[in-house]
Amino acid sequence: MGTADVEAVWRIESARIVAALTRFTGDFGLAEDAAQEAVAEALLSWPLASPANPGGWLMATARRRAIDAIRRRTALQDRYALLAAAPAVDEEVDPDKIDDDILALMFVSCHPVLSPEARVALTLRVVGGLSTEQIARAFLVPVPTVQARITRAKKTIAAAGVPFELPPAGERRERLGGVLSVVYVIFTEGSTATSGERLLRPDVAYEAIRLARTLAALQPDEPEVHGLLALCELTAARFPARTGPDGSPILLADQDRRRWDFSAVRRGLAALVKASARGLGPYGLQAAIAAAHASAPSVEATDWERIVVLYEALGRVAPSPVVELNRAVAVAMASGPAQALAIVDELIALDRLPGSHLVPTVRGELLARLGRRPEARAELELAARLCANQRERSVLLRKAAALG
Amino acid sequence: MPKYMLIMRGTDETNAAMMASIDEAMAATRRYIEEMIKAGVLLAAEGLDDPRRGVVVDFSGETPVVTDGPYGETKELFGGYFLLDVASKQEAVEWAKRVPAVPGSKIEVRRVAGDDEMPQDNQGSVEERAGSESTGRI
Repeated sequence: MGTADVEAVWRIESARIVAALTRFTGDFGLAEDAAQEAVAEALLSWPLASPANPGGWLMATARRRAIDAIRRRTALQDRYALLAAAPAVDEEVDPDKIDDDILALMFVSCHPVLSPEARVALTLRVVGGLSTEQIARAFLVPVPTVQARITRAKKTIAAAGVPFELPPAGERRERLGGVLSVVYVIFTEGSTATSGERLLRPDVAYEAIRLARTLAALQPDEPEVHGLLALCELTAARFPARTGPDGSPILLADQDRRRWDFSAVRRGLAALVKASARGLGPYGLQAAIAAAHASAPSVEATDWERIVVLYEALGRVAPSPVVELNRAVAVAMASGPAQALAIVDELIALDRLPGSHLVPTVRGELLARLGRRPEARAELELAARLCANQRERSVLLRKAAALG
Repeated sequence: MPKYMLIMRGTDETNAAMMASIDEAMAATRRYIEEMIKAGVLLAAEGLDDPRRGVVVDFSGETPVVTDGPYGETKELFGGYFLLDVASKQEAVEWAKRVPAVPGSKIEVRRVAGDDEMPQDNQGSVEERAGSESTGRI
């Protein structure tokens, strides 16, 4: 067995092993260290002799390393008690209990005491089973940075005394929202990379989809979990059509919709049905907008009226100027540029997106559609001045120049 | 990401062995399926009915010829499949090793063809990201 085989086994086993060891030792940091030691041992010994039961091997080895670590820090008289009490964590375990433990692991990894970067790194490492190198590659940061984030995160969790348990009922919904936002951040990094040379990083988006599916299986009664899964599936369904052969982005209007992944669309629509059980939350609403696009044969045949209504609802449950700007674009498609312009002008009057080049970009496009060319040109030139990005700026200036 | 199909291939003997303890076989399969759902990798799974109840449509001649039962003298029979969305071929193989299969049966691991091989994006795409994202156009 080579490195790729060890990695494959670890992806399947990591959450279960770290969860079981945390339950066993009561110490998340120690459990994670022990699990990583087991993987390191597997990388050395499996190429020479493959175990018959790789998952069991990892669990047993990690458990031994955890006991070693406890022995080193435990007084002599306590050691015997510990060894006598050591439960056989690699024996048959109650599947419901393991589910709760994996869920608890997600809540610990996404705990609010951690920085957002640490939550992402820890979740991908312990729940997703990714190596530090894989996480570093995914987020285009140096390996030592990821290592430092994870080390610091484990210390923070220990110092804050974060318990290994499901959050109490009163906090459950809010804490689940925290877990969902970590998954969403990972997905967004894959669907519109914030750095590097590529727009899409499907491998990163895939990790988020996988985490969302796990959450949906473990928390089937939470509509927003299904809403987030639906949003991820429906957005990822468009990936095959979103870039051209040279990697340049293709706008929704110009995408070859035959290239969309229709089995992902179908999965997304199925998840959206589950999300709709008790009215849609912010993720469910965004998924519904994605579903309206996914179900349309063309831009012209898109139900823009429905998209406008969905943006209005999204603006009520999760108000944001970016949502308003998106609503303006949808209104332009549904009812024409004049009404959309009113929304944008209100955003400007209230100074909701100060300094952003996006507002004048949209305003310039709307004015151009209204035939108000000199004003449109001025807006696009303003947008170009505000835009920090060289390439985007040149596109804006080209458009402005074309307006004469 | 790559999708893989785990194709169950049995024989008359393995099918008979499975039918002999069908309740245990079904319970084990259910547990296995649940594990894959919770791992976020399962897309679909189906088990095929008795091949003797199937037919074969043969295109050797000018018109398709329909015959009852399994295909000719074939020794191995397809019994069902699992469709997985995994990170690597190795992971598909690891899941295949965990199938509660009857001794003597085989599992074929095949990649699903598709255009998930994304072309490399160029610099411009990233730079146009913010604008296109915020207007929901990509």
